Amino acid sequence: MTEILSAAPAPASPLRLFWREFRRNRLATAALAVTVALALLAAFAPLVAPQNPYDLAHLSLADARRPPGYLGTGGYVYLLGTDPQGRDLLSAILYGLRVSVEIGLAAGCIALTIGATFGVLAAYAGGWIETLIMRAVDLQLSFPAILLALVLAALLGQGKAQLVTALVAAQYAYFARTAYGAAAAERRKDYIEAAMATPLGAGRVVFRHLLPNCAPPLIVVATVQIASSISLEATLSFLGLGLPVTEPSLGMLISNGFPYMMSGRYWISVYPGLMLILLIMAINIVGDQVRDQLNPRLRR
Amino acid sequence: MSAVLEVRGLRTEFLTAAGILRAVDDISFSLSAGEIIGLVGESGSGKSVTGFSLLGLIDPPGRIAGGSVRLNGAELVGMTPGELRRRRGREIAMIFQDPIATLNPLLTVGQQMAMALAAHERVSTKAAADRCTEALARVGIPSPRARLSAYPHEFSGGMRQRVAIAIALLHRPAVIVADEPTTALDVSIQAQIVAEMRSLAREFGVAMIWISHDLAVVSGLASRILVMYAGRIVEEGPAARVLRDPRHPYTCGLLDSLPAATAPGVPLRQIPGAMPSLLALPPGCAFQPRCACATPDCAVAPEMTVERDRSWRCFHPAGVASERVAS
Amino acid sequence: MSRRYEGYLTVDGVSKVFGARLSAGDRFVRFLRRAGPAPSLRAVSDVSLSLPKGQTLGLVGESGCGKSTLGRIIAGIYPPSSGTVTLDGEAVMEEGRKVTTDVQTVFQDPFASLDPRMKVGDAVAEGPVAHGVVSRAGAREHVSRWFARVGLDPSLAGRYPHQFSGGQRQRIAIARALAMNPKLLICDEPVASLDVSIQAQVLNLFLELRRELDLTCVFISHDLSVVRHVSDRVAVMYLGRIVELGETERLFRRPAHPYTAALLDSVPRIVADGEALVEMKPIEGEIPSPLDPPPGCHFAPRCPRAVAECSVRAPLLREPGPGRSASCHFAEAQLALPERAIV
Repeated sequence: MTEILSAAPAPASPLRLFWREFRRNRLATAALAVTVALALLAAFAPLVAPQNPYDLAHLSLADARRPPGYLGTGGYVYLLGTDPQGRDLLSAILYGLRVSVEIGLAAGCIALTIGATFGVLAAYAGGWIETLIMRAVDLQLSFPAILLALVLAALLGQGKAQLVTALVAAQYAYFARTAYGAAAAERRKDYIEAAMATPLGAGRVVFRHLLPNCAPPLIVVATVQIASSISLEATLSFLGLGLPVTEPSLGMLISNGFPYMMSGRYWISVYPGLMLILLIMAINIVGDQVRDQLNPRLRR
Repeated sequence: MSAVLEVRGLRTEFLTAAGILRAVDDISFSLSAGEIIGLVGESGSGKSVTGFSLLGLIDPPGRIAGGSVRLNGAELVGMTPGELRRRRGREIAMIFQDPIATLNPLLTVGQQMAMALAAHERVSTKAAADRCTEALARVGIPSPRARLSAYPHEFSGGMRQRVAIAIALLHRPAVIVADEPTTALDVSIQAQIVAEMRSLAREFGVAMIWISHDLAVVSGLASRILVMYAGRIVEEGPAARVLRDPRHPYTCGLLDSLPAATAPGVPLRQIPGAMPSLLALPPGCAFQPRCACATPDCAVAPEMTVERDRSWRCFHPAGVASERVAS
Repeated sequence: MSRRYEGYLTVDGVSKVFGARLSAGDRFVRFLRRAGPAPSLRAVSDVSLSLPKGQTLGLVGESGCGKSTLGRIIAGIYPPSSGTVTLDGEAVMEEGRKVTTDVQTVFQDPFASLDPRMKVGDAVAEGPVAHGVVSRAGAREHVSRWFARVGLDPSLAGRYPHQFSGGQRQRIAIARALAMNPKLLICDEPVASLDVSIQAQVLNLFLELRRELDLTCVFISHDLSVVRHVSDRVAVMYLGRIVELGETERLFRRPAHPYTAALLDSVPRIVADGEALVEMKPIEGEIPSPLDPPPGCHFAPRCPRAVAECSVRAPLLREPGPGRSASCHFAEAQLALPERAIV
């Protein structure tokens, strides 16, 4: 018998190495902290927000459009001022953030699932299935996502589910394209051939071998696409095609304040706008760093 | 004959997160005109880094930490990048394992050769074309004039390697460093290239360092062999004597590992274990954990033992009476 | 077509043609230009051979000779364009699908043939569990047993491929193939990417396991010394065709095909002949493109024996001597040459 070979002591797990490298970029680490903080604020908005902006009992039109720091009728200080309905803007932003993050995440995750499945399936199956799926994806990619989302949102009407549907339809193609590119490259590698030579079933080859190895580029696209879902949603809401007025997202808050911009009541639009920019920038910076770390071609 | 290349105590290090990696440790040899020496070792032995170090092609985090490389009497270690560039290609040239990586896919072979020529000489377009045609003909490329206007992808692997050799020979350098130039080629093509290189060395007096993992290829080509293990030379000597009568247990092990050394179907005499990481070398002789002859003495690194035209780095050399050989 | 060969492993009239894969757009352009059929590559051309149980067939040749493609057809990875492969009387593939687990493969590059995101223990267990070779509960033990058998510490089963060296990975790949209890093992250049000292370790492991498990093997390699060491029979391929087939030792000593002889001549060897080392003799010319092979005998343009007839009439594979097949018009004359010294 050949001697028992043992390897060197196990090095740190890949995840830990990833985190160690990530931490070296201070900007990205700060952006990640901001992203996590905003996500937590969004998740716990009802506990954090000083006021429930949906509770009509707490609203008074006398308090509408007041500047930041205004002392309200209830003896309450409106830190960021109030909106045209007399809602506390800080609370409205936190609730709006919650809606935006919720929709962005939902749309991003569903689009990821559908797109990745289509892309990997096309790469694995080849032949007419590949042609059919990828031509459809190419066709869709030739239209701007915003245009498609606009048309769909207009057709489907208002509501969270309708909006998420429109966003998914507009964005799954990016995931499909990415998944297809990654899977087509992985498909030719020996380990897939080895799995097929065993033979293992198609489902196992696709889900246990192909998909996990396509994950890195998909994670990168997912971070970017969640940010773009959020901004797309904000755009649609700004244009009045997104959510009903009863559930204002950041985009709608901006839209609500827009008529007052020129009359000096800047805060109604500007603060939700700043929040939106902060959120999208933070996600994008995190996404850039993740991409730099996962892309072997950019490795030093 | 005087040496065209004289290497003394060359050391090359790489700074890594885990510490200093000594890829080349105290390498010395000399090379005279027209001589071919074979630098043999397995992956991780430092043989390629040695080749790159000779041309000053070590980029940070690597650095040449010490020693001397004298080419035609001029010291290369410590030379400015500009001076090095002036000598590289003209006095010392390199051939790589993968010619597709060294040739630009967007330029014709003729354009690339003319550029290589213009890097060190001022020649007219017509004279350049003649020189390039002649260079291609010399390495055995059929209809060389027509092939000047072909792109690298239009050549087969073997022909591409010939083009790379032709470019390396353009300025008639004194020394060519060939890093595994035939490893990617088929045996029938490898035999052609080896034959070609041997006659070129004879004809033009080019000295050559042939870096390879394959003792058999080197045996048909080199007059001297250097065997490297974990960054150091463990044995050096005339090819025929090193191969027929090896001294270092590692050289013995390499030769015994070849399937041709054992009757078919019989287990090969293998070297146990694997090459240690250069970051975690065992104390003393680096080969000691895999060596059948190792004794407690080997915890101290052995110095080179010199015996006439050959030398080795071992306390228990094969083929020598088993008493300890003083260095 | 009637069966020409009968054996434990029978390859009968197998060909493989790779058509250039055209997109819809390319097809449309070809249609507009009234171009003929798309260019195709005949990687394997009408190959028949057989192998008795417990023997190892070495498949040798230079790049583009089709040895890997033939290996993949026998392994049930590629469906043949025509012909059949049967093992112990049962087809390896049916309707383009592999229908047996009795044939397993070890690939050349152990850095590519293991899924980088799957623990090596899971990779070894996956096939046996999926095919009921072992129960899910018994998988751990099965993996430990195979790890120990290929000389690896079973406690390493929870690690990922990148934590192993090339030689160790190749051991894992061998364990993965053998854990399926195959009857036939295909080894596609299993030691080509390993260092000499590691190559010897893996070859020894292979020899040992083959004997213990009484395996039938197809061993593909470009390295003639490796093939000679492990095989009972050897098939030499050139541009998709088998040019010579026979018992290893006799074929290496007395090749019947000029290509085999030339290939043996071009192998670098360490030979002490007086003071000088014997030098290898190269074969003239280039390996032709398999997309456009020369007419007649494919080797004719490089062959020292070739006459005008060779470029017109392709020689058939025939038996110039007992137990030997060769496709050359001059096989008998070649066989009559003095025996070669092989060291």
